[in-house]
Amino acid sequence: MKENGKRFFQILFKHGIRMITLLLAVSVISFALISASPIDPVRQYILGLGSAVSPEQRAQIERYWGVNEQPVTRYLHWLADLLQGNFGESSLYRRPVAEVIGERFLNSLTLMLCAWILSGVIGFLMGCLMGLYKDRWPDRALKKICYLLSTVPTFWLGLLFLLVFAVWIPLFPIGFSAPVGLKSGEVTLWQKLHHLILPALTLSLTSFANVALHTRQKLVDVMGSEYVLFAKARGEGKWTILKRHGVRNVLLPAITLQFASFAELFGGSVMAENVFSYPGLGSAVSAAGLSGDVPLLLGITLFSTMFVCCGNLIANLLYGVVDPRIREVANE
Amino acid sequence: MEQKKDTLLEIHDLSVSFRMYDQGLEQKDLRVISDLRLSIAPGEIVAVAGSSGSGKSLLASAILGILPENATVRGHLHYKGEELTREHQEYLRGREIALVPQSVAFLDPLMKVGKQVDGPGKKDFSSKEEKRKSLFKRLELPEKTAQLYPFQLSGGMARRVLVSTALLCEAELIIADEPTPGMSLEQALEALKMFRELANEGKAVLLITHDIDLAFEFADKVAVFYAGTTVETAPAADFLKGPEALRHPYSKALWRALPQNGFEPMEGFQPYAGNLPEGCLFAPRCPYKTRECEEKVPPVQEVRGGEVRCYHGA
Repeated sequence: MKENGKRFFQILFKHGIRMITLLLAVSVISFALISASPIDPVRQYILGLGSAVSPEQRAQIERYWGVNEQPVTRYLHWLADLLQGNFGESSLYRRPVAEVIGERFLNSLTLMLCAWILSGVIGFLMGCLMGLYKDRWPDRALKKICYLLSTVPTFWLGLLFLLVFAVWIPLFPIGFSAPVGLKSGEVTLWQKLHHLILPALTLSLTSFANVALHTRQKLVDVMGSEYVLFAKARGEGKWTILKRHGVRNVLLPAITLQFASFAELFGGSVMAENVFSYPGLGSAVSAAGLSGDVPLLLGITLFSTMFVCCGNLIANLLYGVVDPRIREVANE
Repeated sequence: MEQKKDTLLEIHDLSVSFRMYDQGLEQKDLRVISDLRLSIAPGEIVAVAGSSGSGKSLLASAILGILPENATVRGHLHYKGEELTREHQEYLRGREIALVPQSVAFLDPLMKVGKQVDGPGKKDFSSKEEKRKSLFKRLELPEKTAQLYPFQLSGGMARRVLVSTALLCEAELIIADEPTPGMSLEQALEALKMFRELANEGKAVLLITHDIDLAFEFADKVAVFYAGTTVETAPAADFLKGPEALRHPYSKALWRALPQNGFEPMEGFQPYAGNLPEGCLFAPRCPYKTRECEEKVPPVQEVRGGEVRCYHGA
């Protein structure tokens, strides 16, 4: 066990270094892309002030933003500020970027977590069912559903849900994370949940197919394996085999895959949040992009990189620590 | 053989074929076992000898009813005088018929060995554990083996673990598919001795093996397989006597091919399942073949207390 702990920190350290280098690379590339883009952060900043500025003031602002300096110096300034925890100020929300991200992320996290668990559970159960009834009607029917849902764009499904479950049959609200006109303190948990259901459902339905199809294939492999043949020869029935050998061998890859899908999850949440006007990170990023809010855009880019990286890190750790075969090899 | 008494398992004219896609969508039946005949009585060890691809392992699967779905089984399988139907096989598996599989791949890679040997089910669990411990001791498996995962076992350990799975249950028929390779000679002898003891207790053991020399020592009867059929079934003692005591030309050739008997290889090779000859399956390689052999499959004849499928069996 002590060995495992040591190894755990080794992996953590290795992946930590990797994450830092990746974040650096992402920051360089996104900074370069923004510099090359026609967006003028100074103009956006002044627009955001809402009042006219004199040429002197403008020159002062330009000096503050480092417009006349070399891009490299500008980047280094930005990086130095970042390292001190200063992400700059959002020109759209007039608040520090870190604060905006923190608040928005909490909203997104609830949404993504619900969708993530939902898609994981649905996907795993469906995958097991398909694998068990391979090539029979339950498998064929569910497979078609999977293919269909994985080709459907998130925003389209979101619109469809809105149309059906909010307009035709008004079961759910049409958008936002809470009823309009209430102060944040007055919103009940049920109201929050009520607003969460449709976006979460949309997000999970477009992403469970991946887990389902992978689980199916893995279970088909397991059921065709020699150890299942031997289990059969020892008189174990179909369900005993699924319980004893199937789940054991299929669950870990499914969970790993689910953690590795953070990128798709985040991408999907941008779409879902926009359709449902849900005030999360996803809708903030598109707002920032459309209004040229450079500090916020860069901040979210870096933050989402970190988010996806964490998912992959967990996936790696899970495999390395939980699977006895990999654990053993790595210990040698 | 005089022991026409109560046989435990009786196999008549068994044939197994696989439906395969040939070229494009054309289906083809690949016959891998044909006209196989074998019987085993309580208290007996019957060794099945033959080269790779002669259908030995498939016979085990056919008896247990665990062949792949594209397999068709024809012929008669009787267990205790009752026809072995699919339901009956399902009932008997793990209860009265046990399998010792070939390799470590037959163990769940993510389950600890002890739990796998014990098998599913909770009843009389502690007694099972006790029994497993004493079994492991006899098979020279260290006690901590139970806590290991299959990939941590050496080849020989894995075989002994697999043997222990069959010894643990109260099966009356044990089908051991190559149980000894990878074991040291002492361990192999110990394993075979345990099979012998089981047989002496009244159980039956079908021993599929490449270690023919050991099989001759421990078995009562030896069935020689060739291209999916039994060419000869003879008392094991005949194989110790030498080729004169044997009946089929293939058995004689097999005997001569053993290292201690001259290491003499035989010309030609076993026919491929999709390309079986019309008559006797051994005819293309047989030095004594006549036209009859090439036209019709010879019937089984009883010769000197053994069975042989040959027109010229002598």
